[in-house]
Amino acid sequence: MKICVLVKEVPDAAVEKRINPSTGRLDRSGEKNLNPYDTHAIEAAMQMREGDSVEVEEIVAVTMGPESAVRALHKAVSLGADRSVQLTDDGLEGSDVAATGYALAKVVEKEQPDLVLLGQQSDDGECYTIGAVVADHLKMPSLTQVIKMDVDGGAPPTLRCERQAEYGYDTVEVQLPAVISVGDAINEPRYPSLKAIMGARKKPLDKVAIGDVGIDASMVGVEGSRVECGDFHAPEAKPAGQIIEDEDTNETVEKIVAWLEERKLI
Amino acid sequence: MADVLTYVLHYEGAFNKNSLGAVSEGAARAKEIGGECHAVVVGGDDLTDELCQSLGAYGATKVFRAKGEEGLAQPVIDVMAKVIDDHGHSYALFGGGLLGFEIGAGLAARKHAGVTMEVTQVRAEDGRLVAERPILQDSQISVSKYNGDLGIIIGRINAFEIVSSDGGSAEVVDVDVEYSTWSNQAKMVQRGEQRGADVDIEGADILVAGGRGLGKAEGFKLAEDLAAAFGSGSAVAATRAVVDAGWYPYAAQIGQTGKTVAPKLYLAAGISGAIQHKVGMQSSENIVAINKDANAPIFEFSDLGIVGDLNKILPKLTEAIKAKKG
Amino acid sequence: MSLNGAVAPSQFPPPVDSVGEFIKRELDPEDERIDVGVVIVGGGPAGLACANRLLQLLADEPELMEKLGEVPVAVIEKGKACGAHNLSGAMMRPSGLKQLFPDVPESDWPSHGTVAKDSVYWMLGPNRKLPLKPTPPPFRNHGNHMVSVAELSRWLANRAEEAGAYILTETSAHQLLVSDGVVRGIRSGDKGRGKDGEELSNFEPGSDVTARATVLAEGTWGHLAGPAIKEFGLAANREPQVWALGVKEVWEVPKPLDRVIHTLGWPLRYGAKWHEFGGSWIYPQGEDRVSIGFVVGLDYTDATVSPHDILQQFKTSKLVRGILDGGKRVAWGAKAIPEGGYWAMPRPSAPGMVICGDSAGMVNVPILKGIHYAIHSGIMAAETIFEQLKAGGTDLSAYDLRVEDSLIGKELYQSRNMKQPFSRGFFVGGAITNAMVISKGHFPGGRWSNHRDAEAGMTIDSKKDTYPKPDGKYTFDKLSSVYVSGNATRDDAPNHIRVRKQVPREIAETWQWMCPAGVYELPDDAPESGKVDVIVNYTNCVQCGAITAKGGRLTPPEGGDGPLYTVT
Repeated sequence: MKICVLVKEVPDAAVEKRINPSTGRLDRSGEKNLNPYDTHAIEAAMQMREGDSVEVEEIVAVTMGPESAVRALHKAVSLGADRSVQLTDDGLEGSDVAATGYALAKVVEKEQPDLVLLGQQSDDGECYTIGAVVADHLKMPSLTQVIKMDVDGGAPPTLRCERQAEYGYDTVEVQLPAVISVGDAINEPRYPSLKAIMGARKKPLDKVAIGDVGIDASMVGVEGSRVECGDFHAPEAKPAGQIIEDEDTNETVEKIVAWLEERKLI
Repeated sequence: MADVLTYVLHYEGAFNKNSLGAVSEGAARAKEIGGECHAVVVGGDDLTDELCQSLGAYGATKVFRAKGEEGLAQPVIDVMAKVIDDHGHSYALFGGGLLGFEIGAGLAARKHAGVTMEVTQVRAEDGRLVAERPILQDSQISVSKYNGDLGIIIGRINAFEIVSSDGGSAEVVDVDVEYSTWSNQAKMVQRGEQRGADVDIEGADILVAGGRGLGKAEGFKLAEDLAAAFGSGSAVAATRAVVDAGWYPYAAQIGQTGKTVAPKLYLAAGISGAIQHKVGMQSSENIVAINKDANAPIFEFSDLGIVGDLNKILPKLTEAIKAKKG
Repeated sequence: MSLNGAVAPSQFPPPVDSVGEFIKRELDPEDERIDVGVVIVGGGPAGLACANRLLQLLADEPELMEKLGEVPVAVIEKGKACGAHNLSGAMMRPSGLKQLFPDVPESDWPSHGTVAKDSVYWMLGPNRKLPLKPTPPPFRNHGNHMVSVAELSRWLANRAEEAGAYILTETSAHQLLVSDGVVRGIRSGDKGRGKDGEELSNFEPGSDVTARATVLAEGTWGHLAGPAIKEFGLAANREPQVWALGVKEVWEVPKPLDRVIHTLGWPLRYGAKWHEFGGSWIYPQGEDRVSIGFVVGLDYTDATVSPHDILQQFKTSKLVRGILDGGKRVAWGAKAIPEGGYWAMPRPSAPGMVICGDSAGMVNVPILKGIHYAIHSGIMAAETIFEQLKAGGTDLSAYDLRVEDSLIGKELYQSRNMKQPFSRGFFVGGAITNAMVISKGHFPGGRWSNHRDAEAGMTIDSKKDTYPKPDGKYTFDKLSSVYVSGNATRDDAPNHIRVRKQVPREIAETWQWMCPAGVYELPDDAPESGKVDVIVNYTNCVQCGAITAKGGRLTPPEGGDGPLYTVT
């Protein structure tokens, strides 16, 4: 079985996130790190490899990003991926979620994986949906927020996935190939050993551009994005709250209940 | 054509409240741009004519009904894509919830359309719909405008209010869809399993959160009693300080290194409101704080703040709410 | 030393045996070790100057480079990035960078420019100040560059990586490897331990990293430097090291600051018994920002001295309001500064090992300069190591002489006899000379001691009554400041701070007030006197190192934990 893990480089959680006033996009000049949710995806791939149910021949880390994104790939490899692919091209700048998903799908298509894994969300895009976009382009079923995944054998293998949906936990059986986006509750990612970190640079890293994977340039970048985000502004300041000093507790409680009722909270 | 197509999720014979919110929102906005609001439902025999027609009360004029697997996204993408192809809707609108994300994103891929998620507000501007969403951990608002034939709007949980009118009965149109091969690759084995012990902090409408001000681990009984009084849909949460001290489990921790929540009501008892905690709950719709320290930072962002002894207030509040609920 | 009934932290030493715990004498089997050419502990200016210089020299010796293997130069940095744990004022002398990169023009440096004007004020109170004119020589900064060491380290790290260094961030150096009297390398820290030190499901043990030479450039509280100094007797005939604690903020300001400012006096107290020595700096950081900080020597005696709150108090002065009003705080941090000067510097080498920068006490307190020394010492370390690599030996003692004969040795020696008046602080220096005139001999009273900071007897007194109540917009509490430092340590991390958990109230309060990150707390029901339990909120720790000076012992937490300084 071949697994592709989609990874992303995002600003470190501790970096204050802000919009760059001149580009109108997220300021990415601070420290970057591998998207924490993606480490869970790599761990899931590794656990499948180390388990008995299925033989995993190759785990390939794939990312779309600028030059600095190689660090995310190095990290992915130090955690266990066998090699990595970086899609990088100026023409991709400004791609929205739909365009990004399309571009990634074209890269993954070339790899012909049996399973595509990724983290359910990224710290910067806050979109929670790229798996679904990639899946539709790849003509594969997709599930997101998966917090348990077992391989059920068979040819092709089926996955038994659990996720918390609107009414409780759903258990879904998916026949591969499929795209699964995992939540952070699915596993505890391992720490890479120092040896693995230092060896990561030696593993194969292929850089590809739009033309190499047959991406239609009109479907990506600023031109190819069908939604424009802008007009960033601070949210409306909340009106100042009310303060009650408790002197007569019975009275205070009456006031609280009235306040709650006014807002239909009870 | 300025019609809006919404997806309505159902389960055990009832429609999902976020979906009803989406229909209400869709109807109101469609009116502003000179169109209609339609709905898509996918399921089995439980989608009776009567049930589907009732969506008219929320403003839907037509309901497109297809037979298919419930609770999975791919079949719905197929259905919505067909309906949009046949009828030319300009917007697809989803209420908060997992499926909304999955279907909306898949539809964006299928139709090469722009999509915005976590939308908190939709409005009409120059005959088109524009969506607003918070970004950067709710510190900024971003405004989305769409190019092309279709714009996809996915709402945040509880963002759209349910508005029922006397819109009458919606027209039910049955749709015949040939599902894609991959839409048949996923099978629902068990749906909607409740797991008792796992308290769903993130899904709760009402959270009663306790901090160091509770005094000791036993203090959490007060919080639990109050949450119980509010009824189902409420849970107890905790700050990092008390989780560190072993008074409550980590699964209930809210904050920078815990969970982020946005319930309808966040009642903070004995919590100072340090920023490490605030970032985990600042988007709550209503914040009520009880603390004996008038200078606690939480009073700067609470909607209702009570300066007093929680040991006196919480039990009485619990009784009062039980009484109201009858 | 009589304590007059006061209690000293040194009477309650932390539960740690630094030589026993942090020196590893048996190496792992060869296939489990990682072998590198040179290992440098610390990705700050000293360590990175060493890395850069080494690679410059090795570039001309490809055969030697080959012999060093796949990883000729490795830098081990416990922060998330190089610079994440670096903090300083700072006005940097240009000689270090000039020597390291003679072909790089100053305009390419990560500098916020040079400043033409400087002012020194003796603060008499919040609204009254006395300018000291002409500016006393130690305070003059003509030709010096305003830099952020957090930015400088990142810049140096990029250059080092381009030159071929392996920079391993999020990796702590937990132990020093020593066998047969020679330093063989370091052992990296474990990852994935729980609150009680237990191995979690994703536990990953550290690795032995062996090298032909080891450079300790750990900064002010040198985790490995401490046991190394003990092991090799490097502090023989030296004075004990003493420290000050600096707390700093960076502000965006509406109008540019046109000068470098230093102050002495208020809010510190003059009385000899308080031993309150220190002062502030206010430096322009480019057109639209200001770096402001307050430094307090750690041998003070009032347990309620809180350098963080003293900075907040200082900000309420008319002088500072005139600079910061209308602005916005964008960064906060804290760091200890070694103040012992020449006599407290250890011998900086042992077989197979050298110590650079702050770890070796290379800070010139009277002129408050140390960054260029860090860079110079890194260069000298690289040159000494390079010679030995060629010769195939481990005797790095030539480094000692290099340092002694360099501007580091010469300048530090010059200031060694300024016990009167500069030994206890840069700020005191100018203060003394001028104050003797202004105060007609009233200040200074008493006498300076050169005792360990932890030996100062503590009494709970009244400094705490003077601190302003934080308003969250101009003055800030500790917790929100820790947040701004980018500190987000995982909740089940083990405790990396060694302190006695039950100490007299005076000591507990000392720690509570001193710590800028609010790590130490007394329980609400602690008795007013006698022994109390200390709550240690170690996940707040920004690793400033002050606790190591005052009765505890900081150890490196899991790699990657702690603050993420960017502009400090």
